[in-house]
Amino acid sequence: METVLKEKISELFVKNKFKIFNNDPDEVKALRETAFADFLRLDFPTIKWEAWKNTDLKKVLDRDYNFYFEPAKEHIDIEKVFQCEVPDFDTHIISLYNGWYVYRDKPLTKLPDGTILGSFARAMEEYPEIILKHYNQYAKENKNGLNSLNTAYAQDGIFIYVPDGVETYKTIQMVNILNKEDNLFVQNRNLVIVGKNSKLTLVHCDDSHNHKSSFTNTVTEVFMDEGAKVDHYKLQNLNNITSLINSTFFYQSANSNLTSFAISLNGGLIRNDIRITLDGEGSNADINGLYLVDKEQHVDNQVFVDHAKPGCTSNELFKGILDDQSTAVFNGHILVRKDAQKTNAYQKNRNVLLSDKATVNAKPFLEIYADDVKCSHGATVGQLDDEAMFYIKSRGISEYNAKLLLMYAFAAEVINKITIVPLKDRIDDLVKKRLRGELAICDQCVLHCRNQEKIYDFNIDMSKI
Amino acid sequence: MLKIKNLHVSIEGKEILIGLNLEINAGEVHAIMGPNGTGKSTLASVITGKEGYEVTEGEVIYMGHDLLTLSTEERALEGIFLGFQYPVEIPGVSMINFLRTAINEHRKYKGLDPIGASEFLAKMEEKRKLLEIHDKLTTRSVNEGFSGGEKKRNEIFQMAMLEPKLAILDETDSGLDIDALKVVAKGVNSLKTKDNATLVITHYQRLLDYIIPDFVHVLNNGKIIKSGGKELAFELEEKGYEWLKEV
Repeated sequence: METVLKEKISELFVKNKFKIFNNDPDEVKALRETAFADFLRLDFPTIKWEAWKNTDLKKVLDRDYNFYFEPAKEHIDIEKVFQCEVPDFDTHIISLYNGWYVYRDKPLTKLPDGTILGSFARAMEEYPEIILKHYNQYAKENKNGLNSLNTAYAQDGIFIYVPDGVETYKTIQMVNILNKEDNLFVQNRNLVIVGKNSKLTLVHCDDSHNHKSSFTNTVTEVFMDEGAKVDHYKLQNLNNITSLINSTFFYQSANSNLTSFAISLNGGLIRNDIRITLDGEGSNADINGLYLVDKEQHVDNQVFVDHAKPGCTSNELFKGILDDQSTAVFNGHILVRKDAQKTNAYQKNRNVLLSDKATVNAKPFLEIYADDVKCSHGATVGQLDDEAMFYIKSRGISEYNAKLLLMYAFAAEVINKITIVPLKDRIDDLVKKRLRGELAICDQCVLHCRNQEKIYDFNIDMSKI
Repeated sequence: MLKIKNLHVSIEGKEILIGLNLEINAGEVHAIMGPNGTGKSTLASVITGKEGYEVTEGEVIYMGHDLLTLSTEERALEGIFLGFQYPVEIPGVSMINFLRTAINEHRKYKGLDPIGASEFLAKMEEKRKLLEIHDKLTTRSVNEGFSGGEKKRNEIFQMAMLEPKLAILDETDSGLDIDALKVVAKGVNSLKTKDNATLVITHYQRLLDYIIPDFVHVLNNGKIIKSGGKELAFELEEKGYEWLKEV
């Protein structure tokens, strides 16, 4: 029963408070206490909640999870795990291992351009003024049990600060690896601040390395100052008994530009809660998603775009391919406030079902209080196009490859929007492998390593099929 | 090569072909003519194995084997090609990827290794020029955004790449201007050998000025009502189909 878990969480909180509060400024301590009370009151979301109607956490919360309040003493040579080179794609890798920043003993890294990055726990000590200004300012918008629990509990995560007028020339890749011999309950808190007219590309990967069940509840807050540009890529490749709740809050100031991708390649239960506040004129958000699910997998994408100021644009494209008994949810809520005239808001959700047992629940929801707006939405659920299948097969291409070509073509609309070519190629490769059933859990993320690097040429090497 | 005997075909219980007979030998060009809605495209669909067509009677023998037991892709691998009346747009699948996949499936079927990149590109270049296809089209998605004429030329281009034994061209001339028609005909003629055969389906005689048939058949109400040499096409052009219907 999930009440067992709730009790466990409650007891552990009291017992481990001194560890949780360890680095915190007083204000944060107070925030945690409040958040914990909120969690006790709100509890885990259930299907009685409208926003959780189609994602039932009951089964996964019934499992027994272990909580750790300090990192294990084991030595991890993360450099070895992630020692990989992708030509033309130079990145800064920052990793979390079972929820803990790998080099948390070290001070935060300061790049020559002034960008600061490192452990969230460490940032609490080193930069309390920045933390206090932004921490929980954006996430508080969506009060639910999981977010409150995260605020109360999360001890570590990633902190990134880009000062004004800086273009981080290297992509930052945050890799979240789960690899523990028991069932883990992990809560991370990430805070990303991007200054005026600055630019950041962030790749956020969630990967499992073993076949244990785990539950990750991550909250990421991204603050974008005026004219800031953020490209955010989420890649999820987890085992089939892992649950991941990824809540990401983007706060956008005037003339800021966001491009976001949520690419779910594998996982037991994945929920992406993407909430965007367009709180400055002329800001723009492109929100994309791709989910490839089979077996009993479940992926839920919730996108909420709050057009709070006039003259902003949002554009959503979410596509999914579902096989077997898998299920997917897409809820796209667009709110256009009274003063948000000249809003452009578009939303598209397309699904292909490969099996008659797979299910999609798609719900677009436009809530418009301004009168001078352009909004559109559309959701489709269909099969692969019979005419196209016949055309392809009439050229001698097998049913299997014909399907592969069409599935890939369907997914490519999302992939083709990725503007960093090496990253696009890498994701493209992962998607092809996934569609062929060749994606291993340990093929982690964008820069998967340990010399596992294999170039997959989709240009049809038949010997592989 | 192809022997069709007493073929009866229904779609959703409605009989479209009613006892059709046709024999095509290697080296021959046949034309099937006839008014709209007489079963011409149904014949093409049945030969290529499209779903939804029920053969209630008769047989189709191809290279000595029962064709109707094979899947669409097996038929293609055995050398049957259909030039579509309405080529399908496949967004996201590049022409290059599509053709390479198809060629490699054919090679695999014959026990050959996949085609090398340079060999493939050289072949594509050669055939592309033959059909006067802009090189930009080969990097685009299959048929996506192609004009009507480009789509039809692209069908013959694919035919040239796949080198079928039996090519069926379903209304390939429709929607083509005279220059495009000449290009298509030039392509088809240059691919002709003594070992392959072509079945041209059309309801205008126009195409047959450029692709000279050895045999012309008139299809009406689900069966062939008259066969003859190429002169039959001229006669049809002059007199229309009505005089035959009365026979």
